[in-house]
Amino acid sequence: MSILVNKRSRIIVQGFTGKQGTFHAQQCLAYGTRIVGGVTPGRGGTQHLDLPVFDTVQRAVRDTGATVSMIYVPAAYAADAILEAVDAGIELVVCITEGIPVNDMIRVKTALAGSSARLIGPNCPGIITPDECKIGIMPGFIHQRGCVGIVSRSGTLTYEAVHQTTAIGLGQSTCVGIGGDPVRGMNFIDVIELFERDPQTEGIVMVGEIGGSDEEAAAAHIARFVTKPVVAYIAGVTAPPGKRMGHAGAVVAGGKGTAADKFRALEEAGVRTVKSPAELGAAMAELLNVRKKSRVAASQVGERPASMRAKSRKAKAAPKAKAKAKAKPKAKPKSQVKSKAKAAPKRKAVKRAAPRRAARRPARKK
Amino acid sequence: MNLHEYQSKKIFASYGIPVPRGTVASTADEAVAAAQGLGGPVWVVKAQVHAGGRGKAGGVKVTKELDGVRQAASAMLGTRLVTKQTGADGLPISQVYVEEGSAIAREIYLSLTLNREKSRIAVVASAAGGMDIEEVAAHEPEKILSITIHPAVGLEAYQARELAFGLGFAGSQITEFTTILKALYKLYIDNDASLVEVNPLIVTGDGKLVALDAKIGIDPNALFRHPDLVALRDRTQEDPIEARAAEHDLNYVSLDGNIACMVNGAGLAMATMDIIKLHGGKPANFLDVGGGATVERVTAAFELILSNPNVQAILVNIFGGIVRCDVIAEGIMAAVQKVGVKVPVVVRLEGTNAKQAREMLSKSGLAVTPAASLTDAAKKVVAAAKSR
Repeated sequence: MSILVNKRSRIIVQGFTGKQGTFHAQQCLAYGTRIVGGVTPGRGGTQHLDLPVFDTVQRAVRDTGATVSMIYVPAAYAADAILEAVDAGIELVVCITEGIPVNDMIRVKTALAGSSARLIGPNCPGIITPDECKIGIMPGFIHQRGCVGIVSRSGTLTYEAVHQTTAIGLGQSTCVGIGGDPVRGMNFIDVIELFERDPQTEGIVMVGEIGGSDEEAAAAHIARFVTKPVVAYIAGVTAPPGKRMGHAGAVVAGGKGTAADKFRALEEAGVRTVKSPAELGAAMAELLNVRKKSRVAASQVGERPASMRAKSRKAKAAPKAKAKAKAKPKAKPKSQVKSKAKAAPKRKAVKRAAPRRAARRPARKK
Repeated sequence: MNLHEYQSKKIFASYGIPVPRGTVASTADEAVAAAQGLGGPVWVVKAQVHAGGRGKAGGVKVTKELDGVRQAASAMLGTRLVTKQTGADGLPISQVYVEEGSAIAREIYLSLTLNREKSRIAVVASAAGGMDIEEVAAHEPEKILSITIHPAVGLEAYQARELAFGLGFAGSQITEFTTILKALYKLYIDNDASLVEVNPLIVTGDGKLVALDAKIGIDPNALFRHPDLVALRDRTQEDPIEARAAEHDLNYVSLDGNIACMVNGAGLAMATMDIIKLHGGKPANFLDVGGGATVERVTAAFELILSNPNVQAILVNIFGGIVRCDVIAEGIMAAVQKVGVKVPVVVRLEGTNAKQAREMLSKSGLAVTPAASLTDAAKKVVAAAKSR
């Protein structure tokens, strides 16, 4: 399984006949992505890359049954393109475009709140489920089908995490680049929630950066709801305050949004943080290995990673020393149960499949 | 992109927001003429720089004499003002704003900016005006009032009233405040601002509200639809290297270390700075060369980072995605030769054809050290910088 997209996803490209749209659509097609057409106003009725071109998203959806749109429209028109896709009933909008005015995105966010559509981006590399579906500008060949879910605000740092998890043999279930803008669609929590419910995903890599407080919010969510091991890295420890570091959203403003604050929040939530971006893969492998071992050997409770210990709500509320003491006896019976019944993880998966499928449909929580 | 106070006040006035009368001047003579034009009895001479904290730094002078205006203007013009927001070099003062003096009964802080958590524009107000609002937020958060605005509904009168009563206004001041706030919000939306700040908004001796200072920041991504605002850009207030970088579509931020970096992607560029520090070095800059690292861009990037005299070593970290690493390696070699790089260069290339690219670099005979991994690259560049 995977999250959000797979080999059956039917995709249209907005800004299809432009230079960027054409190039990346070709790359996605070569990867095996099921692109079923594209939209360029004024070019409807023609063919491009042997696929039909439509004037409006509405017509494209009607004639192709597409449920996903990939947007390469220039920044000045991108907000309009997102709104058009949402209005046409597209379920997942992936907007690659960089440089959309913030005030445009504020309006888009408000419109999204009243719909069932999901937005990834803007200013992002897109989403990929290895060997099935690549929607975006990421290099497909570095990916490998596997068990790690990756969510990141940065493009090239996502590739870094992908490269490492591939090299170490774990591979990825799905990778989502949520984008570097301050106002964006899906956030860490939205994606992590889906990874938690996805049976293929065994561990989650989260790559954040300075600016805003989305990583802190994600940390609070992880502490309460996530049972899978999470490894996190935050870029920008050395970034000077008040300076925008490339991404529109990467700025420490008024002493808020520092990497140190984010690292602290994640560590307090039991997330395994790495101070070097080169250690993401190794840390994930370590957590997953320890996890497997602890399933087999019930006696090795003490070796369970911190990320699994501090999961209970009680443990979070209590001071650190207390948390350990409370979590230990709790963890013991849990792991014994698991080791007795080796089929436990599988059974869990089956159980979770049902709510997950429902969630893929437009049932929004917030 | 930031506007000067005098530019911001002109925009304020066009939206009917009360501001003191004033004239901008580039010479001491112009300043005196401006003061004469305004009439007395009190004048304020204010240095026009893109930074706050001017008052404490000597960038605001109050005087009752025309000669005082001349003295203040000639003391400021042509110098650099160092405030707590500018860094050690300060910012050049090429204009002063000469304004009529105001009688101040109270000072209020008022600003509009994005609230990222809510994805809406927020109004922030405080009765503790005229002070550093970040200090107030840190030490007396209860003194900060805030509301967020629904983009479709707009600013509602009740929201303005909520703030006005919270700030301790009464009577006709409530209406005045509401009118000002609505105008500020309209101004914010019309001009695609990223920040509109009034610090302070004053209550004058006779109880009127006046914007004594004005700061407007414009969303750089929205400048395409505001040619009139682009014309107000003052490049002398920007870091010269950063401004040059912007001309080449490169993202550059100066830092105070000695290891320069050139990276593709903003996140990876930050991560590269971090890993240099992690291994005991100090990054000299942030530089994102973007997705397509062509010979031209890489050459421009090398020229930029070498214009910083502190640079002792360079780390190039490129994750070749859709662009092939051998193509990037060619670009790096051509740029190194063309620019005449004299400091050691460590290159880490990963992605398509990375192995081939590393071989090309080691065979090139240039002073370029290929690195096998991110950690290896960081260690090598830190060692190279230390050995010099």
